[in-house]
Amino acid sequence: MINFEYARANDVADAVRQIAADPTSKFIAGGTNLLDLMKEDVERPARLIDITRLPLSDVEETPDGGVRIGALVPNSDLAWHPLIAQRYPMLASAILAGASAQLRNMASTGGNLMQRTRCFYFYDTVTPCNKRQPGSGCSAIAGINRINAILGTSDTCIATHPSDMCVALAVLEAKVHVAGPGGERVIPFADFHRLPGDAPQRDTNLDANELITAVELPADGFAKNYTYLKIRDRLSYAFALVSVAVGLEMDGNTIRRARFALGGVAHKPWRDEAAEAGLNGKVANPEIFERAAGLVLRDAKGFEHNAFKIELARRTIVRALIQAAHGTPQSQNNKKIA
Amino acid sequence: MAQPNAAAQSSIGSPSKISVELIINGVETKLDVAPWTTLLDALREHLDLTGTKKGCDHGQCGACTVLVDGRRINSCLTLAVMKDGARVTMIEGLATDGVLHPMQQAFIDHDAFQCGYCTPGQICSAVGLIAEGKAKTAEEIREMMSGNICRCAAYPNIVSAIQQVMGAS
Repeated sequence: MINFEYARANDVADAVRQIAADPTSKFIAGGTNLLDLMKEDVERPARLIDITRLPLSDVEETPDGGVRIGALVPNSDLAWHPLIAQRYPMLASAILAGASAQLRNMASTGGNLMQRTRCFYFYDTVTPCNKRQPGSGCSAIAGINRINAILGTSDTCIATHPSDMCVALAVLEAKVHVAGPGGERVIPFADFHRLPGDAPQRDTNLDANELITAVELPADGFAKNYTYLKIRDRLSYAFALVSVAVGLEMDGNTIRRARFALGGVAHKPWRDEAAEAGLNGKVANPEIFERAAGLVLRDAKGFEHNAFKIELARRTIVRALIQAAHGTPQSQNNKKIA
Repeated sequence: MAQPNAAAQSSIGSPSKISVELIINGVETKLDVAPWTTLLDALREHLDLTGTKKGCDHGQCGACTVLVDGRRINSCLTLAVMKDGARVTMIEGLATDGVLHPMQQAFIDHDAFQCGYCTPGQICSAVGLIAEGKAKTAEEIREMMSGNICRCAAYPNIVSAIQQVMGAS
């Protein structure tokens, strides 16, 4: 880790002013990912702006029946919050599927969105990586790529976004509130994270001088028919190889409205609205779930070590849709997959 | 309470040290740290409180687990300057008046360690787990203790020790 300066932000406007005044600075909240990357010399900010004392720690209902989550709410507090546990159990489940109890106590809501990939080569500063050093090349495409992406990749980057929480937020169609020098704006969740394209150094559409202030959930939390099914190399405290979040609105056995997203397979939580639309109005059964999975994966591309993810994703989608349709969500304690 | 170790501080060669006040195991403690000093390094290198262990230094093993304002965290992934004013409790602060904390006693009763390196973090994590009050079953204890790795694989006895304290509380 290089030496750096430390400053505290007094309020949101002060935080935005401080970051705009010094392009070598970065915000720090939970620090669980940023400090790790700084120890590896992947991130080398000359100055850290501590935002942990800003008043962004509330979880409150909005007038239209949704919930507004302050950017500094710790992941654990969010997962156990009664409003989230009861009305957005898919989000609670996804959060509890990620990291460890200690990390969830530290990690913030906004920081979870800003997590960087765990691609081995992004962390390994002696190898080329277009995300870490634009133009240097991608070591993963012909390297050890078991954990890498199968959807939405480019010839410059095959990294995945590591978050579990964000997969649920994609299904819920959350909105990200941000503050910048020009004022505040709202970014729909689907537009927050990016595909790598020819600029894999950019994970998100957040501008360099903007601060996430809140994540807003719409009223509909799919609290009856949902699941978060995460498949990984060990049963706990590991990143997803493939994960699937599902929210269904059911009328008896008929699906009124379907939404689902995949984690661990792309540079952002992966949704396919055509595959979702194909489920609407249909009686829930494995055949239509297979068809939806095939549609999502029609353009999937495997590399030397991760081609297995295509079949794994197909099976995980089908199983997750069955769990959600039956109202039997995956337990994050008992890992037996029903 | 150990005093700040001047030699360790000067060896960092910081141009800009920052004064912080931490309540360490109940004792108000002032120290000057460089911004990049993790809470773990502040405890071990500045205050000579070496009960908290540095395992991986990347938040992957849990050996550095301490309680900050009653919540378990990885002290290797937080900066000391960010915790100014916080109450920090580590393994050295759990016993009172020479009597072991029930979780320390339970680890002895159940032989919940072999080499002992992960044990301070395991015990602090387990105390945090009990305070959270979410884990009830052995399955839930295993899941919510997954942030603490034990290379000797004393896991079954660790779960038994935690269950003993849960049964008593």
